[in-house]
Amino acid sequence: MEVPILKQGAVLIATFQAALSDADLNQLRSALIQQVVRFRSRGVIVDVTAMDVMDSFASRTLREIAHMIRLRGAETVIVGIQPEVAFAMVQLGLTLEGVATALDLEEGLAYLNEKFKTMK
Amino acid sequence: MAKRDESSELLRELVAHLRQNRTQLREEWVGRISETRLLTAMTKEEIFAEATSVYDSYVEALETETFEALQAYARNLSERIIPRGVETHEVVGIVLLLRDVLARSLFAKYQTDFKKLNRILDAYEPAANRIANTVAVGFVQERERVIRQQQEAIRELSTPVLQVRERLLILPIIGVIDPQRARQLTEQLLRGIRTNRAKVVVIDITGVAAMDVTVANHLVQTVEASRLLGATVIVTGLSPEIAQTLVTIGVDLGKMNTVGDLQGGIEQAERLLGYKVAALAEPS
Repeated sequence: MEVPILKQGAVLIATFQAALSDADLNQLRSALIQQVVRFRSRGVIVDVTAMDVMDSFASRTLREIAHMIRLRGAETVIVGIQPEVAFAMVQLGLTLEGVATALDLEEGLAYLNEKFKTMK
Repeated sequence: MAKRDESSELLRELVAHLRQNRTQLREEWVGRISETRLLTAMTKEEIFAEATSVYDSYVEALETETFEALQAYARNLSERIIPRGVETHEVVGIVLLLRDVLARSLFAKYQTDFKKLNRILDAYEPAANRIANTVAVGFVQERERVIRQQQEAIRELSTPVLQVRERLLILPIIGVIDPQRARQLTEQLLRGIRTNRAKVVVIDITGVAAMDVTVANHLVQTVEASRLLGATVIVTGLSPEIAQTLVTIGVDLGKMNTVGDLQGGIEQAERLLGYKVAALAEPS
């Protein structure tokens, strides 16, 4: 299942609808890094609210997405990680180091707007 | 079979002897108890009253060779005296004293008939040892029950997650943290972050006396999990001992944001959230 990518001003928003296969994640990664430059976006939000499991592949892909997008000149925020998922992730040692996180979409947008202000 | 009969015969004789000399033996025993400074937490009258009941249950246990009543009494006694600070060695000590006192009286009584004394002791000693055992075990079991109960109570003292300002939570941790409680704390905190939409959390561990590797790692995990929910954690009140332990055992606290005390932690949290606290007027 493909992940829809929405454009909202200078921000791209990718919302996971359900658990994704590894192929879906790879597809999302390439779609995001292409579109971020095509739309001249300055921020990307990946919303994982609907995910109730986060395995090592998913978490590594999220980290790669964030780092690649930074190389393409934009900021990434992962939003909506559930408390149980967060706890399970740290127990597995998947801490998304160096990646910005926020509570939900609203917080993520607020975070990016803050960032854009300081970037000017 | 004959031997067994003889043994109970002797025990009967023994019991009769103990009943006959009840007053004198009991007083001697109480005298020995205060001499050796046992049960200092209790008054003389109390010791005497308890000694009387212990003596009677003791004799009864010898007579019937059943220990249930004595066991129940020992448990009941322990329940009463444990809160007053009576120690295990004291309880064991008084039972052994009674055993000695009674043995002495047997020596005195049968000193002319050595063979009989031997047989009486053969009957008496196993029973007396079992009694001492029963009382000591009863006491220790009661003590363990009290300890278990207290642990339960401590665990149930749930740690509150408090909101002190919009988007700022405080989690004061007091007491011993074991892995189970640590897990519970983390779950509570993560839920709290979600429901209060917190951005900053101050975890205050002033009330935590000691911390081992497991708990320290758990704390680090809590900090990381909170970050995944988009909240910054500030840990305050690390005692010098804990700081020393953590550095010695090599827990990586690089990811942790620590401030000396709770006040400092709240002030830093306010800065992060963009609050500015100012006095309304100069203090007079």
